[in-house]
Amino acid sequence: MTETGQRGGPGLPASGPAVRATDLRVVRGGRRGTVALDGVSLTVPSGALVGVLGPSGSGKSTLLRAVVGVQVVTSGSIEVLGRPAGSAELRRRLGYVTQAPSVYGDLTVRRNLRYLGAVVGAPASDVDRVLAEVGLVDCAHRRVDTLSGGQHSRVSLAAALLGTPELLVLDEPTVGLDPVLRRDLWDLFGRLRERGTTLLVSSHVMDEATRCDRLLLLRNGQVIADDTLPGLLARTGASDADAAFLALVEDQPSNGRGAR
Amino acid sequence: MSAALTFATARRVLGQVRGDPRTLALVIVLPCLLLWLVAWMFEGTDVLDQFGPLLLGLFPLIVMFLVTSVATLRERTSGTLERLMASPIGRGDLIGGYALGFGLLAVVQGLVLTGVAVGLLGMEVAGPLWVVMLVAVLDAVLGSTLGLAASALARTEFQAVQLMPLFVFPQLITCGLLMPRDQMPAVLEAVSRVLPLTYGVDALQRLAAGEGFADVRGDVLVIAGFIVAAVVVGATTLHRRTP
Repeated sequence: MTETGQRGGPGLPASGPAVRATDLRVVRGGRRGTVALDGVSLTVPSGALVGVLGPSGSGKSTLLRAVVGVQVVTSGSIEVLGRPAGSAELRRRLGYVTQAPSVYGDLTVRRNLRYLGAVVGAPASDVDRVLAEVGLVDCAHRRVDTLSGGQHSRVSLAAALLGTPELLVLDEPTVGLDPVLRRDLWDLFGRLRERGTTLLVSSHVMDEATRCDRLLLLRNGQVIADDTLPGLLARTGASDADAAFLALVEDQPSNGRGAR
Repeated sequence: MSAALTFATARRVLGQVRGDPRTLALVIVLPCLLLWLVAWMFEGTDVLDQFGPLLLGLFPLIVMFLVTSVATLRERTSGTLERLMASPIGRGDLIGGYALGFGLLAVVQGLVLTGVAVGLLGMEVAGPLWVVMLVAVLDAVLGSTLGLAASALARTEFQAVQLMPLFVFPQLITCGLLMPRDQMPAVLEAVSRVLPLTYGVDALQRLAAGEGFADVRGDVLVIAGFIVAAVVVGATTLHRRTP
């Protein structure tokens, strides 16, 4: 297990950004596809908790898929932990939670975690550790399809924590959860960050911005802000992330108010 | 490729099947019931002895094709495949694990079915019984690996289920079951040569007629080759990156 301060693999400068994208362009959906990412350039500093915010359809999931290397990229480049995204060597070093909980409903929680732990080469003791971290110790023996929606998505999150990855990519991990659970999960993200994990977390709930070190605001496949929350509020004169987002949208000359 | 991950995947797949007793019952019991219907219908004739061995190969092939193609599609649509493709598991490990898991299920199915046919229904095979079992089990494994390879073409459950008629029915028509292959139009006869079921049916027909292992060795090798090819196709059509 990697502990605080032991970031980066062999030969990797610990100071380099966790993610660096340059002019990333992704067209999804074949011949008459839609532009999901339209020239995105960004950096995610190592060890930071970065929120990817924006309305649905703004390209959040596509960006996260590109980071984990499962998205066909049309042009531009994206580097993760100093390697091109999708490199075989990276697959051991990052954890990924897809938007819909991606675990096997017809297996118990423990069997899911045992299998997915074997896949990432995690020690067997990791199963109990991640169960405790997401608060599911009591459900370990239950079949996943008998769990509540919130428990189901926490199993999916637990699976991503197996093997203690350096970078966690979480696609809307708190969607549909009650406020208490959302707070608990953001507390967990904070603790992971304390241990030196870099987190890239998407959300369309703007008030989750307060829990992030930095924010990436996406709209129509473009980054309209890459800043800290205080920086964003100072720049727009807004009082919260929601208002700041609206102010930035109004500011964009290319997206006239008359357009849909 | 890693043997440990292939086995872990096979164990996981079998764990999922075990968690679904109804599917398990259908896979094991249904072919036996169908064979029993045939035995009952032709009671007092030698039809079961003639065609029984063929059905030992056919029923499991069809059942395993369906089960495997739907199971693989479920992996694709549930998001677990995306998670696995972002993880260190090799594509060969995943497909190999599926082939191994469902292959074991196919072996159990083939053994139970042959046991029922010979022990309960009184089927008498002119050729050696162990070779009949070998070919029947290989056919079932073939069905599951073809299902694996074919499922790459499906995006929805509806499509996955339709793949069975697409992949299996043309083989049934040209394999020599409806008409001896040497009486078919030349084009169809040529087509039948490149379809795997032709060799399964050929072997079982020879065994039913009293021939031995030496006479069907070529067929067995060809079926094994198709199994390996289907696994390779399944692994290469699985993409880590999707549009």
